[in-house]
Amino acid sequence: MAEPMKIRAQLQGDVVDVKVLMNHPMETGQRKDPQTNQTVPAHFIQTVTATLNGRQVLAAQWSQAVSKNPFLGFKVKGGKAGDKLVISWADNKGDKNTTEATVSG
Amino acid sequence: MNELRRALLKGGTAAGTVAVAIAAGLMRPSQVLAAEWNKAAFDAKSVSDALKGIGAASPADSKDILIKAPDIAENGAVVPVEVTSRIAGTQTIAIIAEKNPQPLAASFDLSNGAEGYVHVRLKMGQSSNVKVVVNAGGKHYTAAKEVKVTIGGCGG
Repeated sequence: MAEPMKIRAQLQGDVVDVKVLMNHPMETGQRKDPQTNQTVPAHFIQTVTATLNGRQVLAAQWSQAVSKNPFLGFKVKGGKAGDKLVISWADNKGDKNTTEATVSG
Repeated sequence: MNELRRALLKGGTAAGTVAVAIAAGLMRPSQVLAAEWNKAAFDAKSVSDALKGIGAASPADSKDILIKAPDIAENGAVVPVEVTSRIAGTQTIAIIAEKNPQPLAASFDLSNGAEGYVHVRLKMGQSSNVKVVVNAGGKHYTAAKEVKVTIGGCGG
């Protein structure tokens, strides 16, 4: 099971500054296991969505080129303290994670 | 005798229904995936194919896209890339590492007040340009920044 994300959503003026850390191996499918010499199958996050108070603000599509334990930063105008931010990801093996956070002032 | 025949007929119908249900069930996720994750663009092996895949075959150069990335990345496994688009109405930001095996690294659809800004960390196999393509109102704009990688991020 995937661990929850670490989310920080801080209000700066009327812009919500969002920083997210996800837990994921992000295997490219090109790396070889040094012990068995077998290629490690690709395992990476493909889609990430973010909603602020139920309205979608970001929909991302990723490839295996995004680093291990991905970091994502974005900004949303027109937010206020107490707004609810929900971030979800899904990977190529059907694993999913959804984490909620509240915008702090 | 007659009862057996009934049972067989019933069994046959039930199995048929299950098969149809499975087929329908299998169809749905693949269709959803195709709509959500742009497989053609992400599997593309060249920059031009990746650009075609995201519908931006010939983007125009723009000075309003700012790319913040290190000039020299000591570790290709973690290259921070920060993109700011000053283009009004920025809808999509796509990031391409030109010499990666699959160049298209990520694309971001922004809506409902999201600013033209994204910050991610990418793996880069070797020194190359990081190319950013912005879609604003159906028009495509691009900018690039060179990142030199001393240790590649693909071999692990």
